[in-house]
Amino acid sequence: MPTMIEIKDLHKSYQMGSNSLHVLKGINFKAEAGELVAIMGSSGSGKSTLLNILGMLDEANSGDYILDGVPIKNLNETKAAQYRNKFLGFVFQSFNLINYKTALENVALPLYYQKVGRKEREAKAMRYLEQVGLREWANHLPSELSGGQKQRVAIARAMASEPKVLLADEPTGALDSTTSYEVMELIQQINDQGNTILVVTHEEDIAHMCKRIIHLRDGVIVEDKKIKQKRASEYVQ
Amino acid sequence: MFNRDTWREIFATIGKNKLRTFLSGFTVALGILIFITLYGMGNGLINTFDQFFSQDATNVIYVFPGRTSLPYKGYKSNRTIEFDNTDLADIKTNFPMFLEHISPIIRRSALAKYKQESNTYTTFGVDWGQQFAEKTVIMKGRYLNHRDIEEKTRNAVIGRLVEIDLFGAENALGKYIDLGGSVFKVIGVFQDEGGDNEERQIFIPYTTRQLIEKNTDEVDQLVVQFKPELGYTGAMALESNLRRFLKDKKYIHPDDRNAFFIRNVTDNLKQNQEFAGALQLIVTVVAFGTIIAGIIGISNIMVYVVKERTKEIGIRKAIGATPKTVISTILLESVFITTISGFIGMLIGIGLLRSLGDNLADDYFITNPYISIGVAVFATVLLIVFGAVAGYVPARRAARIKPIVALRDE
Repeated sequence: MPTMIEIKDLHKSYQMGSNSLHVLKGINFKAEAGELVAIMGSSGSGKSTLLNILGMLDEANSGDYILDGVPIKNLNETKAAQYRNKFLGFVFQSFNLINYKTALENVALPLYYQKVGRKEREAKAMRYLEQVGLREWANHLPSELSGGQKQRVAIARAMASEPKVLLADEPTGALDSTTSYEVMELIQQINDQGNTILVVTHEEDIAHMCKRIIHLRDGVIVEDKKIKQKRASEYVQ
Repeated sequence: MFNRDTWREIFATIGKNKLRTFLSGFTVALGILIFITLYGMGNGLINTFDQFFSQDATNVIYVFPGRTSLPYKGYKSNRTIEFDNTDLADIKTNFPMFLEHISPIIRRSALAKYKQESNTYTTFGVDWGQQFAEKTVIMKGRYLNHRDIEEKTRNAVIGRLVEIDLFGAENALGKYIDLGGSVFKVIGVFQDEGGDNEERQIFIPYTTRQLIEKNTDEVDQLVVQFKPELGYTGAMALESNLRRFLKDKKYIHPDDRNAFFIRNVTDNLKQNQEFAGALQLIVTVVAFGTIIAGIIGISNIMVYVVKERTKEIGIRKAIGATPKTVISTILLESVFITTISGFIGMLIGIGLLRSLGDNLADDYFITNPYISIGVAVFATVLLIVFGAVAGYVPARRAARIKPIVALRDE
């Protein structure tokens, strides 16, 4: 399998007044295409920071980041936005849907920024909504959807731009366990289709539904192991 | 930037954020509306002003006799100055280049009688040219003419209210009235917008008046009508020349200020025009103050709008919106709203001024308020441009925020 993500000696520190908070202290890892990786760690371990750097939402102080053979370095805002649009899909803990747009419009938005025509955009968005099982909810506003449905819309939106890597930051953090498993089932299905997915979580059961677990503590990787994946469908009645 | 998709996106945003759209639109529309109303009212005030001072001809200099206050060339002070027919003739021959006409006024109070009705009126012995100095409008009959003056006819032109007082419903033309013991034939009836008093006057030939008063040649006032082409400077020059000429002729000390008085309508007019100009300036300053207040208002709303949308901007950036797209979308949206509502405010304002018309003329001295389309459009465009500038600054800042900061949880 080709290498999808490669990071070498990644450092990140935040300036808090006169103090400097060293969050990532030299991270090295590789992820191959089609992997489903859980990044675990207690709060403050740097897992979200790592994900933000991988998502080009934040910049590292030093180290290399190569995404599918493209070095991600010294990006200006415009370039970063284009890369994000082309390479990455995001799923956030708090869904981050645009509240005055319908489910369909939310899913179609990344395609709008890819300058895909309206008809094609809507057809494609509808296909992804169907994939997450929300075809009937296409014309509903986020406020009319349950938490699980919102997250599934967010996943559909992340997938709509056909990214190389899907980044999920605590995707089940705001959901009850049944809904969490449903969302994880969806993520596993998407992974089964060959998509590379990184999931940040602090829940053991969620992590075990991935294929590999990376443990972060105090800004370094303390454990990196492949596991036998537990299918979420086993938990869903 | 201007493709259909962008606009579809903008209209969707406008349509789904009605309160925000309404707030910013309302501010702009109201600002323009107030500006146009204020500015138009100011113009209406000035119109009233102009009307006030255009009732009498403006190319007139009045000369009133007085008493000397300084001894000069053997004459004691406190000498009464009088004008007579020779003064009229002398001024005529000495200022032929300047004059259009010169008329005397002999003002007398007289009891007028017709059948049982009688009343006391002010009579004015005048020359035929006085009609133009006072812009007297003849309702019926005619004004005094050359023949009346030369032949010292006993013809009288009476005011509209004199006719009503004395003749009631009867037609006064051709009737004879007793005027202080002499019989006069009514040859004309005039009207005057100056008010009741001016319509209770009677004009007779000044020569007839002099004949009645033992064939004297004295007159009360001189009314000098000069050629309008002289303009303000010419009129002021004529005034000082006239002053010098009369002082010389009547042996009056050059520094004597009480021997006679001159009222130059042009000078008054100029002062009044300056006053009106100051008024206009004040109105303009207040009106543009309103525009500035509107600009500040729309700026505040833009800052608020961008702040409210920070998270949305973060989301959009995370899924691939470039800073340029973000800024242009926000700006196009705000310019669109301000343009539409600005022009709506403008049209309402202009419509309001039109509908007011002369309704406020009597009570508030505002006649025919109006605003030129150029000024209205300029103010509207000014507000739109500054609204856009005010929106650009926070929009650019918002577009620069890292999505991670914008998305940080609430």
